Amino acid sequence: MKSHVWRPLFVALGIVALILLVRLVLVPSDFGVHEQGYMYGMHRKSNEGEWKAVKVKYQGSETCKECHEKNYKDIKNSPHLEISCENCHGPLLEHPESPAGLVIDRSRELCLRCHFKLPYKPSDRGSLKGINPDTHNPKAECVLCHYPHNPIREVKK
Amino acid sequence: MNRREFCKKGLLIAGGLAIPLSGLELFNPKSLSAEKGDKSKTRWIFLVDTHKCVGCGLCVKACKIENEIPYDANVTRTWVERYVITKDGKPHIDSPKGARDGFQSSKLDQNHAGMEEIKEADIAKAFFVPKLCNQCENPPCVQVCPVGATYQTHDGVVLVDRKWCIGCGYCVMGCPYGVRFFHPVYHVAEKCNFCYHRISKGMKTACVDACAFGARQIGNLRDPNDPVTKIVMNERVSVLKDEYGTKPQVFYLGLAREVK
Repeated sequence: MKSHVWRPLFVALGIVALILLVRLVLVPSDFGVHEQGYMYGMHRKSNEGEWKAVKVKYQGSETCKECHEKNYKDIKNSPHLEISCENCHGPLLEHPESPAGLVIDRSRELCLRCHFKLPYKPSDRGSLKGINPDTHNPKAECVLCHYPHNPIREVKK
Repeated sequence: MNRREFCKKGLLIAGGLAIPLSGLELFNPKSLSAEKGDKSKTRWIFLVDTHKCVGCGLCVKACKIENEIPYDANVTRTWVERYVITKDGKPHIDSPKGARDGFQSSKLDQNHAGMEEIKEADIAKAFFVPKLCNQCENPPCVQVCPVGATYQTHDGVVLVDRKWCIGCGYCVMGCPYGVRFFHPVYHVAEKCNFCYHRISKGMKTACVDACAFGARQIGNLRDPNDPVTKIVMNERVSVLKDEYGTKPQVFYLGLAREVK
């Protein structure tokens, strides 16, 4: 049968084949439906590995203990025992290789995160010891008088 | 063309069309079996104790640094809200910079309305509520993604594929908890992922490690001996916006009705 139908049909088939070919090249082989099914699990599998490979910056106080045992014991025997070293000393990253030294945050603002007096009950904030920074030795660094690893102890002069 | 010939030709064309269609994965038994119920050994859950939170914001600071969210951009994966309920029953809520620097003022930041001073004598109750991604069992943000860039992992965490995201923002609008935003550097959808790089190494999330008060905890729901699982199973916990049917997996102790 000689018909004008065939030529456009071949063109249409060609386009479909081209789309499939492009899809084959552009879509990675691990893209598809995974464990969570069609509704929630459609993704590129290797992306999970990419997220797992993100660099850890905060290593945790137990890592600090290995070299700085005295300071670690100091704070663990104080009311500040639950405060992570890295909250004030900054993230460990690759320390001691890089950075060799950490920058300690001695600002009043750091202490005031908890010790700015807010009369909030029933939240635990209401029972934390607090100050008004405008009247309590304005602008002076807290660590001049208070030893941060053990606020009960007198500061070493 | 008679009827017989028409049917013949029609079948031929349909058959011919079906050959390239096979490349479109009409049926895949492997994914069907996956859908029927994979029982993974891990299902990450989170527990927030609002009684213990004092609003120091060290969790927000640690999160921003750990997850490389530009520190001064006003976006964050987790944040802390302050609720001050006055004696007339009116709630006053703020979260300046997501509480990155804590709450160092007794005035509440009401955006264009300015700073609101509340007298101590007027306060009926006041507390802090940390928020983060709920890693919903039925995540609406995943359903609306048109390209498969956001998905749920086998351990229940919702991730975003930065290479695949086209930045349409449907998920940002679809999330009833407002936890999604655009990353200022990558310009793709960004969200809390329970520090997936840390929990998959056996560590805790950066916010849990930074919290000095034990207000934040992470656990595994599939482990019956997990202390967090025990609390979620045996104590009076609640979730945010239960009525949305998203089945959030961040549980709260001491949630007040003013918290939305």
